[in-house]
Amino acid sequence: MYRSHVLVCGGTGCTSSGSQQIMEALKAEIEKVGLQDEVSVVQTGCHGLCALGPIMIIYPDASFYSMVKVEDIPEIVSEHLLKGRVVTRLLYQETVTQAGVKALIDTDFYKKQHRIALRNCGVINPEVIEEYIGTGGYAALGKVLTEMTPDDVIKCLTDSGLRGRGGGGFPTGLKWKLARQNDADQKYVCCNADEGDPGAFMDRSVLEGDPHAVLEAMAIAGYAIGANQGYIYVRAEYPIAVERLKIAISQAREMELLGKDIFGTGFDFDIDLRLGAGAFVCGEETALMHSIEGNRGEPKPRPPFPAQKGLFDKPTILNNVETYANIPQIILNGAEWFASMGTEKSKGTKVFALGGKIHNTGLVEIPMGTTLREVIEEIGGGIPNGKKFKAAQTGGPSGGCIPFEHFDIPIDYDNLIAIGSMMGSGGLIVMDEDDCMVDIAKFFLEFTVEESCGKCTPCRVGTKRMLEILTKITKGQATMEDLDKLEELCYYIKENSACGLGQTAPNPVLSTLRYFRDEYEAHVKEKRCPAGVCKALLSYHINADKCRGCTLCARNCPNNAINGSVRNPHIIDQEKCIKCGACMEKCKFGAIYKQ
Amino acid sequence: MKSLEELKAIRNKMQGQVGLRAEDSNQTRVVVGMATCGIASGARPVLNALSGLVQEKGLTGKVAVTQTGCIGLCQYEPIVEVMEPGKSKITYIKMNPDKAAEIVERHLIGGHVVEEYTLNSADIK
Repeated sequence: MYRSHVLVCGGTGCTSSGSQQIMEALKAEIEKVGLQDEVSVVQTGCHGLCALGPIMIIYPDASFYSMVKVEDIPEIVSEHLLKGRVVTRLLYQETVTQAGVKALIDTDFYKKQHRIALRNCGVINPEVIEEYIGTGGYAALGKVLTEMTPDDVIKCLTDSGLRGRGGGGFPTGLKWKLARQNDADQKYVCCNADEGDPGAFMDRSVLEGDPHAVLEAMAIAGYAIGANQGYIYVRAEYPIAVERLKIAISQAREMELLGKDIFGTGFDFDIDLRLGAGAFVCGEETALMHSIEGNRGEPKPRPPFPAQKGLFDKPTILNNVETYANIPQIILNGAEWFASMGTEKSKGTKVFALGGKIHNTGLVEIPMGTTLREVIEEIGGGIPNGKKFKAAQTGGPSGGCIPFEHFDIPIDYDNLIAIGSMMGSGGLIVMDEDDCMVDIAKFFLEFTVEESCGKCTPCRVGTKRMLEILTKITKGQATMEDLDKLEELCYYIKENSACGLGQTAPNPVLSTLRYFRDEYEAHVKEKRCPAGVCKALLSYHINADKCRGCTLCARNCPNNAINGSVRNPHIIDQEKCIKCGACMEKCKFGAIYKQ
Repeated sequence: MKSLEELKAIRNKMQGQVGLRAEDSNQTRVVVGMATCGIASGARPVLNALSGLVQEKGLTGKVAVTQTGCIGLCQYEPIVEVMEPGKSKITYIKMNPDKAAEIVERHLIGGHVVEEYTLNSADIK
């Protein structure tokens, strides 16, 4: 029995900021002072506050230490673990108040969150199946197998209102029902862990922090639709997630929670991993199944839908990691419990990966219907450096942006569609006044051009043409006709592409055109980038009145483009200037400006 | 695993430990003085006894056993304070593992303050 548990985050974010070394130093130090039988060191999944990693929580006090360094370990051990004195300087500053230390759940970052899919992330050791069972794990599978019929399970999910968290928002209960109705000698349950949207990492965090929840939910799905084999298709670029899944599967098999005759009910179910090679299109369901079959990852037309003819031409369901992570909780707590959260048509919670110009970069889980303002200003801690919010990008390369005028919109599937964006897998990238919306659209188009599988012409050729026009715009070479052509092309590609990748690829352009047409027009008509991002439209100048002739800029210019003598105003040679901005950064007198 | 009972057994065994990581403002807090004076007069075995018993009895969801520094009454160490939400703080003095076990049984489980060990019962001059 340990009297204290020290939880060290082993998610990808904290691992890359050195949590493994901290674990080792901690264990060594604890041994040194002889506390190894009293204090247990536990590696967990992601806590969400990735910006403040490496993160460590000491229970039962629930002291939340952030940005811990190896050098801090002796102090933490001797002060906190040995003498019981919290090391205040290392606490997450939000928790430190004049009245003392406040609980983590009361901080702005956690207060409005409601963790269902992430409930165990950062709480249990994902590599120890007993810890998952200790928090109620596999009880839902037990309940399903012993008390419920497959139809009961499907009804429960339908009543809960759960919709696919991968982005499409298709009702999960209905998906399962369709697969159940199709008779076949073999059916499959697949899990889409091919998370590919730039900036989204919730699926990775769930797999890293709570892999058993996904395994349990897949077994439940197998029982509901009549399948006994599952596949998890996970990106090979997620080495920690893959490793923990492997451990989880082998532990579940050892405990016979996967395999033959689970809980003695005669139900068999097993799961295998399939690693994806990182093609974005393999997140599309038919392409993903092709890839599992060992073929090239290309989509095929639907119908037939996977529920009729999916993997190996057998009825198949495919759900996203986050969707699965919700299911055991819905089974245990009931459909009404889940349906009581969220909005009319979007129930439950959604995990968002906050990124871009925001204080608390990380992972948050909020009830559907939370407003964008609450997410960005309260949970996310607002925009750094006093800059002004311009837009939030959701849905990655398939989504669009939400401008300031919709700052108070309650976030759910239908509201986001209505304003020309989409939920997507839940990446939320915040942009401020320094971001150029044309450049953002161009960034996503570069991504889709690269990731288009090439099977159908509208997507393969169309996105390329779009990117060319966008490039022309950012270089100041476009005309207003180009702008019209771009818009026309968007609709054409949307209507004619074979799969979701192409059908949604124009969205970033369409939504920026919708809300920031003036920025496009400034690029085209005035040859000017209002945010000062597009280099071709920028030039750096020195204000002769402010310049003291200190020569600092000239010395820092990598291309020797600045001329002038000491104590006399300097001049930038526009021919030579490569617009790197180094001079502007160095100038102490604010004499350099761009236009 | 061939039965739900097996699952339940593992769950019960683990619940006490995982429950240690609960965060709940309605928890009863049991605080052991672990400054030099406390440690010197034997606070560590008391802390470990309390923590172990709370987990064994499956109380971790409701009770958090933590440590603190010196509260100034060094001659009465080891000191254990029990803070229940909405009630006034009870201070137990001159604890040892056996007395700690009694506190768990009678106070934390039974709900009755063990008067004879409290600071109030001691003759403070």
